[in-house]
Amino acid sequence: MEERSKAIQDRIRDKAKELLSKKAVDLIIGFGEWTLPLRTTPIFIRSPEGVDRLIWNSFCENNLATYLHKFAQFKVGLVVKGCDARSIIALSLEKRFKPDQLFLIGVPCQRMVDRRKVKRAVKGEILRAYEQGDQIIVEGEDFKKALDRNNFLYPSCQVCTHRTPSQVNALVGDPVEESPLTETHPEIMEFEKESPEERWRFFEKESSRCIRCYACREVCPMCYCNECFVDSSNPKWIDKGPSPSDLEFYHIVRAYHQTGRCSGCGACERACPMEIRLTYLTQKLNLDVKELFDFETGIDKETLPPLSTYEMEDKQEFIK
Amino acid sequence: MEKTWEPKILAFLCNWCSYAGADLAGTSRIQYPPNIRVIRVPCSGRINPLFILKALQSGIDGVLVSGCHPGDCHYISGNYIGRRKSATLKRFLEYLGIEGERVQFSWVSAAEGGKFSQVVGEVVQDIKKLGSAKRFVKKENSRSLGVEGQEKTF
Repeated sequence: MEERSKAIQDRIRDKAKELLSKKAVDLIIGFGEWTLPLRTTPIFIRSPEGVDRLIWNSFCENNLATYLHKFAQFKVGLVVKGCDARSIIALSLEKRFKPDQLFLIGVPCQRMVDRRKVKRAVKGEILRAYEQGDQIIVEGEDFKKALDRNNFLYPSCQVCTHRTPSQVNALVGDPVEESPLTETHPEIMEFEKESPEERWRFFEKESSRCIRCYACREVCPMCYCNECFVDSSNPKWIDKGPSPSDLEFYHIVRAYHQTGRCSGCGACERACPMEIRLTYLTQKLNLDVKELFDFETGIDKETLPPLSTYEMEDKQEFIK
Repeated sequence: MEKTWEPKILAFLCNWCSYAGADLAGTSRIQYPPNIRVIRVPCSGRINPLFILKALQSGIDGVLVSGCHPGDCHYISGNYIGRRKSATLKRFLEYLGIEGERVQFSWVSAAEGGKFSQVVGEVVQDIKKLGSAKRFVKKENSRSLGVEGQEKTF
């Protein structure tokens, strides 16, 4: 895994250098080293000399498609994983940028490592973390531990079925096998079996922790409205106070606005400082959309998102 | 006289069919339960899911959205679009644990006064079985509708 990451990293750098020297793009958005262990940071590179700052490892968790909205007037080279590429296809269907404005450097993803799971697995502060083969080595002041990376993956990565980005300009690394680690969404199946009371209690408990920082919204490539419904004062959909009902309102609508648009990258959940479970909402909507309208986000550049179109034969048993 | 609980139901009726259907029910003297408060909207496709959620949050016990039959939409495709939104929203609310019967949908044409009264009757029955809305209702803010101990103003 580690050698594979190295090889991919080199090829990302080569490609970025080539693009920047040819002036084919104005800037490259990729992942760079961060000061904290188990983390990377998005970086923006404008000159060929800077490409050595680009890295690739199992901690490249951000969805970089989010940053495209800030660079609408530039030609952008973007390092994308499978989920990021799907977000970009979904965004292009919503005409968020010109087709020739992007150069996508696609990386077949090895599934990303959940830093919170790793932190929970060790006692004490992690000062250094790196990959060795299929293991994550974490070091602290008085410990060194090797963890099997496959036990520490993000839930959204475990169920991912499109790890190799499609419709990219350049693919670095060989395509990976497209089978999810767990066949279906085990969490959602489990949750659906519970009674409505239990389900509501869980949702209530999760959303009650929300501090309304809106990090989940900020980090999501699909949340690009100039004025979000929570910020709108006329009509005022939602009060500013910390009432549980308002928190629930926010979480229902944030998730529902992703219907047929969410690529399932899980960035919302990773961004949440309160560790609120969010993907069980959006993934459910993805499953619904698949079942009702046979639509998967970001697979096809031509098919319109399900709520922007209709079929005469749509199901309507629920309508009186 | 003993006061019994009656559900409060918000009905979004499309201007071209269901609202006229409700009108017909009225002019034809067809009885239906007085639990609904009608909001006339241009089209069932106009219903922003936020309307429904806001209603539920404000203490409404049930929401009825009614539009033209498929193929009859004044704006050609509004009700088809609305149908997709309704389907996904209803499923999502059920998944979260909000009773699905609180949000109901129907097609009622301008000629179906009888059907309108029947639909309203069914919805009221369903909601009476469920009882008053508890989940998701906002309680603490006195400015919002449906405050405990205070008369609802709509």
